[in-house]
Amino acid sequence: MAETQNERQRTLKARNRALLLVLLALVALFYAIAIVRMSGG
Amino acid sequence: MADLSDLSTVSIGPLAAPAAKAPAAAAVADYIAILKPRVMSLVVFTGAVGLAVAPGHLHPVLAVVAVLCIAVGAGASGAINMWYDRDIDAVMRRTAARPLPSGRMLPGEALGFGAVLAVGSVAVMGLAVNWVAAELLALTIAFYVFVYTVWLKRRTPQNIVIGGAAGAFPPMIGWAAVTGGIGWGAVILFAIIFFWTPPHFWALSLYRSQDYAAAGVPMLPVVAGPRETKRQMLLYTIVLFPVALAPCLLGLAGPIYGAAATLLGLVFIGAALQVWRDDGQMAARRMFGFSLLYLFLIFSALLADHIAGAML
Repeated sequence: MAETQNERQRTLKARNRALLLVLLALVALFYAIAIVRMSGG
Repeated sequence: MADLSDLSTVSIGPLAAPAAKAPAAAAVADYIAILKPRVMSLVVFTGAVGLAVAPGHLHPVLAVVAVLCIAVGAGASGAINMWYDRDIDAVMRRTAARPLPSGRMLPGEALGFGAVLAVGSVAVMGLAVNWVAAELLALTIAFYVFVYTVWLKRRTPQNIVIGGAAGAFPPMIGWAAVTGGIGWGAVILFAIIFFWTPPHFWALSLYRSQDYAAAGVPMLPVVAGPRETKRQMLLYTIVLFPVALAPCLLGLAGPIYGAAATLLGLVFIGAALQVWRDDGQMAARRMFGFSLLYLFLIFSALLADHIAGAML
């Protein structure tokens, strides 16, 4: 039971890390889009 | 009327999904799996080629954004498709291990994930690239979800013929991202994938017909039998041959593409003839594998021809 709980915690932690990476990637992407659009691209 | 406040428990069709098991947290790999990454790779490739061969110029950053939106939109369609089809996926061997039928992910999670990605990809495409490409992307997602998955798939053996249009839109979206419109070139790229889809899927369904029959999906081999399926596969490969040569006639491609399309088209017809003669499953398996290679190579040839033309 405790092992299952640990496994769940590990999975959730991995998901949270992946979500953080996705959010950071989106920030970088929107920054790049804004720069390109403002420079008339 | 069904209470849609808890979509994780809504069952659809006579073959409801197995009762939700204790919700183990879905892993990152499960979220990736419901995006159907293998289907996505072909969609991204054809979309990127459509973008590359379209007349005009698009800033490289916006081109990457356009391809990314096509990829995410395709993934969103796949996720919503897996949510809707979780009952029949549980019955078929090929799909039983997917995150939803195996109970690793709750249905509501998949639907929510797919819906957010669908809306996000269309919004970013519209705001960053242009709204014609965004509207085509929205149409593609809606077509795959509502026309193919919900309406046609369980009702008619022509499901993948009409529904196949959803898979044919990506190069048109790529084209529209550059030009802001839809030209004849985009229509031809659409037509190549449209006529390629039936022999591709029917080759698969020929050796998976028992799975489809068990799930109640009226694929052509289940409804009309293997002989009629093989006849129609051959007809579609014959029609595909001149369609695939049309880019040369329109001036969209030159001799490199022309030679590749001729050779690939003849091999594809040859594969369909082998399927016609073969009473077993080997020829169908080979044709399914070759059909994937065909689409990859014919779009690669188009890209190579375009690059060669630009360099000369």
